[in-house]
Amino acid sequence: MRGLWPLGLPTGHLRSAGVRLTRCITLVAATILAPVAIVALAPGYGAEPAASRVPVPDLVELRPGAFGYRAAGEFTRAGKPVTAPVVKVAIKRTLAVTRHQVTAGDYQRCVEAKACPVVDLDAAVSDLPMVKVSWRDAHAYASWLSRETGERFRLPTDEEWAYAAAGRFHDDALPETLDVGDPGQRALAIYDRDAIRQEKFDPLPRPIGSFGANENGLLDVAGNVWEWTDTCYTRTALDPRGEVATTAANCGIRVVEGRHRSYIADFIRDARAGGCSTGTPPSNLGFRLVRDDDSWRAQRLLLGWMRRLL
Amino acid sequence: MITKSTIHAAAAVALVLATPALAQDLKLPRQKVELVAPPFVHPHEQATKQGPKIMEFRLTVEEKRIVIDDMGTKLQAMTFNGSIPGPLMVVHEGDYVEVTLVNPETNSMPHNIDFHSATGASGGGDLTLVNPGEQVVLRWKATRTGVFVYHCIPGGIGPMVPWHIASGMSGTVMVLPRDGLKDAASKPLHYDRVYYLGEQDFYVPRDAKGNFKTYDTHIDAFEDTLDAMRKLIPTHVVFNGRVGALTGKDAMPAKVGETVLIVHSQVDRDSRPHLVGGHGDYVWETGKFSNPPMTSLETWFIRGGSAGAALYTFLQPGIYGYVNHNMIEAFELGATAHFRVEGTWNHDLMTQVKAPEPVQASVSLR
Repeated sequence: MRGLWPLGLPTGHLRSAGVRLTRCITLVAATILAPVAIVALAPGYGAEPAASRVPVPDLVELRPGAFGYRAAGEFTRAGKPVTAPVVKVAIKRTLAVTRHQVTAGDYQRCVEAKACPVVDLDAAVSDLPMVKVSWRDAHAYASWLSRETGERFRLPTDEEWAYAAAGRFHDDALPETLDVGDPGQRALAIYDRDAIRQEKFDPLPRPIGSFGANENGLLDVAGNVWEWTDTCYTRTALDPRGEVATTAANCGIRVVEGRHRSYIADFIRDARAGGCSTGTPPSNLGFRLVRDDDSWRAQRLLLGWMRRLL
Repeated sequence: MITKSTIHAAAAVALVLATPALAQDLKLPRQKVELVAPPFVHPHEQATKQGPKIMEFRLTVEEKRIVIDDMGTKLQAMTFNGSIPGPLMVVHEGDYVEVTLVNPETNSMPHNIDFHSATGASGGGDLTLVNPGEQVVLRWKATRTGVFVYHCIPGGIGPMVPWHIASGMSGTVMVLPRDGLKDAASKPLHYDRVYYLGEQDFYVPRDAKGNFKTYDTHIDAFEDTLDAMRKLIPTHVVFNGRVGALTGKDAMPAKVGETVLIVHSQVDRDSRPHLVGGHGDYVWETGKFSNPPMTSLETWFIRGGSAGAALYTFLQPGIYGYVNHNMIEAFELGATAHFRVEGTWNHDLMTQVKAPEPVQASVSLR
């Protein structure tokens, strides 16, 4: 039950990928999952960018690189739950990330354009981060922003988020020495880890920049607003040698990052804890975006050609 | 609204009534008990070879503003000894309970106390109404065994009773048989630990936008709170005063093999406690030890206005939710506590034969 909010979700999105996960997780999966085509085929968008009413957000460009990444999702080895491995991840292209989280003011423009669902806009103050948004809302916003700016924006994958968060990425994986055969010890270890998270802090969203910048110049990473990623919740079975045997992905649940990693159903806007679920949920759900530079330009070019041919 | 003059008039009547309780005295040994805040319970004997005593307790009413959830929602609370619920007081059948009820002058209202375990005068409520700056001593004989609610019941000075109760003024007395707890066959039952959980419904007024309102004083909060209460839909249902009070670092500790007595009170509303992953080995659902305990229950029932007791021996380590099994109240309103149980897993009782895996074996792309 750890980290899953809430429990008892419909599992209609569960599908078995059956792909052998190599030691180097690439970004291919995320690219496939992102519904680029739907956005791109919408009428009026193709060769030319739309007349830009909405400014392109302030972006920080991160150079390509490789880093050790604590894999997301649940892992079993020889049928027993184990700590997720640290894998080497390569970010192969320049990664353009919005300097700050999408603000309530930003989001309100999307609502006014009838392109984003109307959510609680009580706190629609321009310099406050937009909170109480689901993955679906964030996705709608990214699609709208892409149309309005002619650039291709999307949620980061969890690997990209971890790369951008750098020193503010919180790795709170359970110790690998934990007795995997004793569900009681495991439950207690998870509970105690999560209990430490209950350190008191004000959950009220604060103006952009209140939590400072990380070493990449990104503002408010791991402040009191958690951020949606595009990465699906996965369960990976390792064989006794530690090689990936099977992977099952549930894209109805996405990875959320902040002071700790969470897995949240994509329609949830407020991940507050309920009752007997153990652990501490994100205080607020918000998001920032990345710009998909190369793939989007290439696809736009391709779509332009296709349209001319039709 | 209450005016100063009505408060004073009512208090004067109460003072006159309270005086006779102090008149006669008993030739019995006295024992002063230092109360502790729930979920913990002061040290006590389960069975005793001693004769009846006068057990002395001191309860101080504290009116104060408290935070009742992680969102920082504030409540103008009224408490016995500063905690919600008030402390559990343990005595034995035949003992005399002598309570000094103190209402410090820093408070704004008169208060009193009704012990469901006592006989006459509204459980002592008629004899104990004290104004800010006053105290009163009440003695009653513990003639019936069981766990019994106590609460504030300041009648006659306006619609105060439900407000004081909904603001936190309740607790429990446990009157043990002198020879301890027993099962239906009179076999003795013991506990290694005892925890006291008071389930409390709160009714915090909301503003036009639906946000919880905050008030400077109890009096300011009164009318809006009464309006919210009259709709009978609590904004919070919690154990021990706030959402999550008995979770995380404050989860109740126990060990595999230990027997725990769980005392549970609810003054206003019915509740249906359930131990997630455990059971009620012996349950005094109505809380009265002269009735044989029911055994092996999955969920039991606490009637509004009463306390109950459940005995359970933990058999597995891990985290056990103790919930009001109206799960809407448990998850959405806060009625959840946790036991944190250490020990070694018993694979005979339960084991995960196969971890989750895809329904159909996947084709590996190697």
